[in-house]
Amino acid sequence: MNKKNIPILSCITGRKGGNSCGSMFNFKYLLLAATIALFIIMFGIGSVSFRGFFSLKVFFDLFIDNPFLFIAAIGMTFVIITGGIDLSVGSVAALTTMITGTLVEIHGVSPAVVLPFVLLVGSSIGFLIGIMVHFFKIQPFIATLGGMFLARGIALMINTDSITLNNSFFKAVSNYHIPVIGNAFITINVVILLSVVVIAIILAHYTNFGRTVYAIGGNEQSAILMGLPVGRTKILVYTISGFCSALAGVTMMFYMPSGNPLHGVGMEMDVIAAVVIGGTMLTGGSGYMLGTVFGVLILGTIATLINFQGGSVNPWWIRIINAALILIFCLLQIIFEKKGRKIAKS
Amino acid sequence: MADLKPIVEMKGVKKSFPGVQALSGVDFRLFEGEIHAIMGQNGAGKSTLIKILTGVYKSDGGSIVYCGSQCRFKSPLEAQKKGISTVYQEVNLCPNLSVAENIFIGREPRRFGMIDWNKINSESEKLLKRLNVSVDVTKLLSSYSVAIQQMVAIARVLCISSRVLILDEPTSSLDEQEVNELFDVLNKLKSEGMAILFVTHFLDQVYRITDRITVFRNGTFVGEYLTKDLPRVELIFKMVGKDISAMSAMPQKCLENVSDNKAADSLLEIKKMKKHGSMNEFSLDVQKGEVLGFAGLLGSGRTETARLIFGIDKPDEGECLVKNELKSISSPSDAIGLGLAFCPEDRKTEGIIDELSVRENIILALQGSLGIMKYLPRKKQEKIADDYIKALGIKTADAECEVRTLSGGNQQKVLLARWLATKPSLLILDEPTRGIDVGAKFEIQEFVMSHCKEGMSIIFISSELDEVIRVSSRVAVFRDRQKISELSGNDLKEEKIMHTIAGGQ
Amino acid sequence: MAGFNLRNIMGKVAGFFSAASRSGLLWPVIFLGLILLVNAVINPGFFDIEIKDGRLSGSLIDIMNRSSYIVLLAIGMTFVVATAGIDISVGAVVAISAAISAYLIGGTLVVENGVQQYVSFMPMPVAIIAALLIATALGMWNGLLISRMGLQPIIATLILMVAGRGIAQLITSGQIITIYYKPFFFIGGGYLFGIPFSIYIVAAVLAVVMFLKKRTALGLFIQSVGINKTATRFAGINSSNIILWVYAFSGFCAGIVGLLVCSNNKSADGNNAGYNMELDAILAVVLGGTSLAGGKFYIMGSVIGGLIIQSLTTTIFSIKEIKPEANLVVKAVIVFVVCLIQSESFRKKVAGVIFLREKKSL
Repeated sequence: MNKKNIPILSCITGRKGGNSCGSMFNFKYLLLAATIALFIIMFGIGSVSFRGFFSLKVFFDLFIDNPFLFIAAIGMTFVIITGGIDLSVGSVAALTTMITGTLVEIHGVSPAVVLPFVLLVGSSIGFLIGIMVHFFKIQPFIATLGGMFLARGIALMINTDSITLNNSFFKAVSNYHIPVIGNAFITINVVILLSVVVIAIILAHYTNFGRTVYAIGGNEQSAILMGLPVGRTKILVYTISGFCSALAGVTMMFYMPSGNPLHGVGMEMDVIAAVVIGGTMLTGGSGYMLGTVFGVLILGTIATLINFQGGSVNPWWIRIINAALILIFCLLQIIFEKKGRKIAKS
Repeated sequence: MADLKPIVEMKGVKKSFPGVQALSGVDFRLFEGEIHAIMGQNGAGKSTLIKILTGVYKSDGGSIVYCGSQCRFKSPLEAQKKGISTVYQEVNLCPNLSVAENIFIGREPRRFGMIDWNKINSESEKLLKRLNVSVDVTKLLSSYSVAIQQMVAIARVLCISSRVLILDEPTSSLDEQEVNELFDVLNKLKSEGMAILFVTHFLDQVYRITDRITVFRNGTFVGEYLTKDLPRVELIFKMVGKDISAMSAMPQKCLENVSDNKAADSLLEIKKMKKHGSMNEFSLDVQKGEVLGFAGLLGSGRTETARLIFGIDKPDEGECLVKNELKSISSPSDAIGLGLAFCPEDRKTEGIIDELSVRENIILALQGSLGIMKYLPRKKQEKIADDYIKALGIKTADAECEVRTLSGGNQQKVLLARWLATKPSLLILDEPTRGIDVGAKFEIQEFVMSHCKEGMSIIFISSELDEVIRVSSRVAVFRDRQKISELSGNDLKEEKIMHTIAGGQ
Repeated sequence: MAGFNLRNIMGKVAGFFSAASRSGLLWPVIFLGLILLVNAVINPGFFDIEIKDGRLSGSLIDIMNRSSYIVLLAIGMTFVVATAGIDISVGAVVAISAAISAYLIGGTLVVENGVQQYVSFMPMPVAIIAALLIATALGMWNGLLISRMGLQPIIATLILMVAGRGIAQLITSGQIITIYYKPFFFIGGGYLFGIPFSIYIVAAVLAVVMFLKKRTALGLFIQSVGINKTATRFAGINSSNIILWVYAFSGFCAGIVGLLVCSNNKSADGNNAGYNMELDAILAVVLGGTSLAGGKFYIMGSVIGGLIIQSLTTTIFSIKEIKPEANLVVKAVIVFVVCLIQSESFRKKVAGVIFLREKKSL
């Protein structure tokens, strides 16, 4: 009997050489399914409990009100898949808004010049962090912590108060509604965020860069020995995160035209929460962009649920619920991983 | 073959590291369509040579000619691109990617600029078929056994169209059937003209599959021979440089201590212990003052048995009696409290605390048994450390040096000292002489013997049969996660043990 | 002259430096010295210490007093980092501890014998013990998640960090609770024998910790766990318990800081109390020489690190030309500089460049 051929029946016998049964429960897909299911359940609960919840408007608002979270979370997902972390996202976003505010409002520079410029600034900060992480082997946690202090500090030094943007371009973009169905509309921010998601998915699954990101997260040593461009990819990943943070800042201004040095305080924790809830493991090597999208949707739904509940619920419950969700998903990840290893061994 | 030019020719290659001359002017030739083994003791320079060939290290001197032209690879990537690929023991692939992806990553076929998954999957299936492997290529690599993972690694090599394949200890984690399958594949590749370099310490395998053997010893080139022209004894002689008979002038075995009164002198008795995924049901006993050897191939379950005895793994079933009293051992500290000690196989990850000093490493287990509050006074620590440094001949500037600055052999001695300091009744040694030069090997073996004379019992686990036979009064033989037999007295001969492992009785 | 040449002197100086650096305190002390020096130049009277109303006062005393928060947190954090972990929840635990003590003490106005007095809701000792116990329990929660469930330290403590502020807000019902009970103010603001009481607290904790480190095997075990958890376990040491207790201790320290904060501010703000303190604490530990990768740790280094951060803040705030927000930027630069110095690859590359120049000049 040739043990090598693995017919479907071997799933039952569980012979060595392949575990058809084990991977049917490929736990990555399971986690993603759990995330999506959770979102559907939560939205369902809301729809049942509150009148007016089950509407396109509420659903679209999830996207309209949180474009910065989505975009920053996508950037963060790339970083986390490589096994790193980026604590500077909120601060870089804030810095972006301050630079834009100052240049556009106070110095009268055209947004057409300023916007590409701030995206460049964000990417450069990410690039420098990437160099520190890869070439000088500084741990991502502390390198991005420094980046966070730096960006926040510079933002505050530009101006401690917020700068309101009276520029017509920003006002126009912020008020522009794209009609979808009936009364429901989306904003330009939503278009931006959906484009980012689509590009991210293509990058992650259809380019060598994306596959190298996953490889690094799986086993960096092996990736190096396999001849993959690990250094370039790592630096690029942090650059992308910086770019996304800056883009998040831009969408903040499209949402509410003002530069605020205190934007995004604590946003990095929300972003990490969204990524973890979306099924990406902090240890790296696995995770889906789509999962992150649903992770943000879940966080948004929680906030919406609490809003609908009105004044009777202490809004600080949001924090506690978010924390509980992170805990549950992490425990799930650990359990699935252990089960997966057990099945593979036998 | 004599008039063909070798695809790889290295002459006079030198390499030194701080304090060590790893290679002093060695030669090496590799031809296409052959399987060639490099043999030598640990530290002989085999892996250094391979690392120079594949671009991990830069040589200090000598020439490397590949495909007729001089070259010096700056990185493994460059060597790979030029056609030299290596499959390592640890199978350096990414467990979180699919089989197909592992084969093609870095050179994925594209369609409209994006990765063409269909093509990747179908092409990798074809490549694996060449190796007689049919698996679902879309599943994660981690869901397959090490043997299959190695095949995937080889398939990647084929995908890259390599001309030279280097296999570094490929059979260490394979069972017999898997080894056969691997060898079928290697023979097939050889017939297709691949040049294969095979590094292993398994003598049988070398004689089964290789055409040519190059022997290194202490960084020097001893010679290149046709396998069929080199008898085993001569090979070992060339590798070790000593007459084997001289080695058997060892102290008397501790047979005197083993009395007939089994019950009274029983130190440890394991009854019907087993653990799913680790060991099938086994029983064994150890008498006071005896050395019980564990023999078997890698992966046969010897280390797993030791881990179960010492409390690192918890058994699903089974009883354990220490000095005829039923005890439950659920953690290493329980075991240590009962007088057991365990010197693990992988000293780097399971043994030494590399940034701590020699002194701290030596007293660690002893301190662990005393607890946090009863801190050994500094002076006492220093005395214990100094005593053992002297007794074991540990070469270190002083006891405060960080252990990571010591050589492998001395690190092993530090570990040994750690366990001896706890004055155990039973000391389990798992591959204590691995990666140590021959001189230190004998020191450790002698040591084992002298301690058993003083009444300590020892379980001695080693892949080197001659070593096991030399020190043990009884040998337990393992195969495929099962203890199949126990041999003693006149049966303690290499052939008998090898036979037992192979399947005869 | 034979003996007296440059080489000899350089050799002796190098020997002194290597001995000093082996104790791990060299760079932090140099750094602190530099900052104090800058202060001395910029601020006349910086080093003056006077006695006002029976209390020592002056910039130096001020720095030591204010740094008590960071120093205490850094002491707890040092042990956690030494086990190759991290605790980003300490800021939230500070907030919770402050909230609990404020809630339990409060201070309602009562008239007794014609005298108006503030009375605490619960006896002060009870409130203090409750706050400390709960803070320690929260630390143990972290420790359990990490040692028994196998969660990564950053994510386990992230959970408490996110939830913690919510919990603090629940306790204070979203308000800022003000405390009127005078005796409680002594903890943070009181003076004993002319020295701020908070310094005594820090000294007491430090004394206990140094005693534990020198007289028990705790230091050895913690370092061992941080360097190689598996080998430590095989040596018969209960790594899980050690990890559990270092996080519990970190929580305990955060509890003390919560009491100090509440006492100093005479109120508890669930949102802002302890804000960003975890980052400062981590920074202090890194400045002090303990590596984030775990292993050898330097308690006194972390203390000095805390002093450095506080002096930095004070220095920046005292220079009128510099915006106070520059504090963050300066901290960032210091993080980068220290990490680069600690990074072997950086040192090698710099050494390579210097070596190259030397060769060229020869």
